[in-house]
Amino acid sequence: MAISRRKFLTSIGAAIGAGTTGALTKAYGASNKHFMGYPDGFGVLHDTTRCIGCRKCEQACNEVNKLDKPERPFDDLKVLDQKRRTGEAVYTVVNKFSAAPDVFVKKQCNHCQEPACASACFVKALKKDKTGAVVYDESLCVGCRYCMVACPFNIPAYTYNDPLSPKVTKCTLCLPRIQEGKLPGCVEICPKEALVFGKRKDLIKVAWKRITQSPGHYIEHVYGEHEMGGTSWLYLSGTPFEEIGMREDLGITPAPQFTSGALGTVPIVVGLWPVLLTGVYAISKRKDKIADEERKEAVQTAKDHATDEMNKQLDQLKTRMTKEKETAVKNEVKKALEAAAKKAAEEAKAVEKPPVVQNAAGADTGNEEE
Amino acid sequence: MTKDKTIAKKQLFTPFNVITGIIIFIGVIITILRFTRGIGAVTNLDNNNPWGIWIGFDLMCGVALAAGGYVTSSACYIFGLKKFHSAVRPAILTAFLGYALVVFALHYDVGRPWRLPYPIFYSPGTSSLLFEVGLCVFLYLTVLFIEWTPSAFEWLGFKTLRAWVMRLTLVLTIFGVVLSTLHQSSLGALFQIAPSKLHPLWYSGYLHVYFFISSMFAGMSMVIFEGTLAHKWLHDKMDETHLAESEGVVLGFGKAASFIMMGDVGIKLIGIAVDNNWHYLTTGWGLWFLVELVGFVLFPAILYGMGSREKNTTFIRIAAFWTVLGIILNRLNISVIAFNYHLPSAERYVPSFLEVGTTIFIVTVGVVVYKFIATRMPILHEHPAYKEHH
Repeated sequence: MAISRRKFLTSIGAAIGAGTTGALTKAYGASNKHFMGYPDGFGVLHDTTRCIGCRKCEQACNEVNKLDKPERPFDDLKVLDQKRRTGEAVYTVVNKFSAAPDVFVKKQCNHCQEPACASACFVKALKKDKTGAVVYDESLCVGCRYCMVACPFNIPAYTYNDPLSPKVTKCTLCLPRIQEGKLPGCVEICPKEALVFGKRKDLIKVAWKRITQSPGHYIEHVYGEHEMGGTSWLYLSGTPFEEIGMREDLGITPAPQFTSGALGTVPIVVGLWPVLLTGVYAISKRKDKIADEERKEAVQTAKDHATDEMNKQLDQLKTRMTKEKETAVKNEVKKALEAAAKKAAEEAKAVEKPPVVQNAAGADTGNEEE
Repeated sequence: MTKDKTIAKKQLFTPFNVITGIIIFIGVIITILRFTRGIGAVTNLDNNNPWGIWIGFDLMCGVALAAGGYVTSSACYIFGLKKFHSAVRPAILTAFLGYALVVFALHYDVGRPWRLPYPIFYSPGTSSLLFEVGLCVFLYLTVLFIEWTPSAFEWLGFKTLRAWVMRLTLVLTIFGVVLSTLHQSSLGALFQIAPSKLHPLWYSGYLHVYFFISSMFAGMSMVIFEGTLAHKWLHDKMDETHLAESEGVVLGFGKAASFIMMGDVGIKLIGIAVDNNWHYLTTGWGLWFLVELVGFVLFPAILYGMGSREKNTTFIRIAAFWTVLGIILNRLNISVIAFNYHLPSAERYVPSFLEVGTTIFIVTVGVVVYKFIATRMPILHEHPAYKEHH
């Protein structure tokens, strides 16, 4: 929340330049201070109870801004019978609301204190000027139309039919005229003083003075004093605002605050995600490594075990074989000895036998014993 | 390669080529109209409805459905699920093409497309959520391009370059997740600036969280869905590893998507509770909201769960398709259908035929390019020379 507010203020601060009060460029982000708008910003008070629906303001606006002439002339008041909104060549409209008597309401850019459009613009083509005007710089505009999505009052229009240089159009608060010391076109021409130009903070006082001085004449609410964090245009009415096409459900939160939470997560994501993900990677890598080591160890153990077992078996086999061999040798020796003994006994019995046979048998026995 | 070319020449008039050819031809005509007569000549956009389906579908759905790139690559390279390896390349390619097409589509929608670099290089409006979207999409498109280059390098035989890029895999993957988290969520946060225009059931202070969470299962579902299509049409391009691993990918993502979608239903209900919007559920808009939440999140979540429990890939594939539809419905609800809900019906927006035509044209271009790349480069199979290299 804090971050976006700071960024927002910084962007506005950059727009103002070095010449303005230092307080404006100060970051309020981490503090509990509240941005109240530019103290000397101008505004217009529109007292709808005074408006007679003459459409003079529309005409003046058209001439001052050198806009295309509409199909139906400005003195054709039948136009008021249909509900209209601002358009690409129409910066302001007056709408009629049937009541007794009819109520006329002028509609144009309200020049918010903290504009949704300026906060939404990704090229800073829309800025809040220190005079109070929300100004548009065509030379930066990409034409994404996010400002139109963001505007709670549905004011900005777009020149959709221009293929090469389409642009956003809306009321400028007659900033060039203000800088020349003149009144905005609509205010200057208004025959009934339904429009009053002045410093916004003074206009709020004027508005409340009118409400208190004429009890019952007005709804006790200055529309725009707090709506969407406050607007430079202020409205007085004798009929509930909802009934004259002005939404009462907008709340008092400045638009930039709606997105500040989401913007505030950016640094946290950028800071935390790489750490967390590298950690996850390291953990999974480590688990793999440990699993690998454990597997190797298990294999080694099994191998060692198998070798031991084999060696043991081999040893046993060896011992057994040696034994068997020894037994076999012994048996053979025994057998030979027995045979020799037998032979000797037989010889002893038959001493008279020929000597050749006796010699051969004696040599054989000797060989076997070796 | 010469062999491939002769085959392609022989089969120039396949049904696929004829249909895509006609669509692209119409698309070119609309393009000419758009840039000679203006946005107004081809769209139904007006001053109350500045964003139509070129934003609601091409941008919102395009980005959400291209989330498969970061989901799959992080599953494989960060979470160490190596069995997803053969799914990474197709997912990266789809994501790269998806984002490239989003940027392409933006050229139709914004008034002066040649100024699209302005927010990043010339006059950054850092307080705007759209700036965050633009910057992240620009950076992520670059990341995806680099992540995709090994396929091209293998095809072209640039071994050294490929080895060099492969060394960046982990860093690129982490960077991709960071950027995706940011821009997926900020696409939702775009609408947080207009609480008075978006219906309260869809508007929430948590919109950015909803968009990020739903991008995860959008990505997974798209990987499964796209895999299903690829198996049908590009089966011969798949190697044994890909075929052997594909069922594991389907089951794994199916299970994961089921869990996340259950969680998604949970946080949506929390969102309603936080703003105490229960009473809207009994209205017409409430019914429509329940169609989306129950019919296109809860239902496929259950289907996914059943599919992964029974090891039934058919269930999972149906659930994936259903979820993709649900994501499209959700993004269109927020950007077009439930946006400006308070306006009288005469002032509401309905897309023109030419807008729909442009969108179909752009999707078709994506399919054609995907097919071109997947039939030539080692996407669905490993290059024989690099089998041991990952």
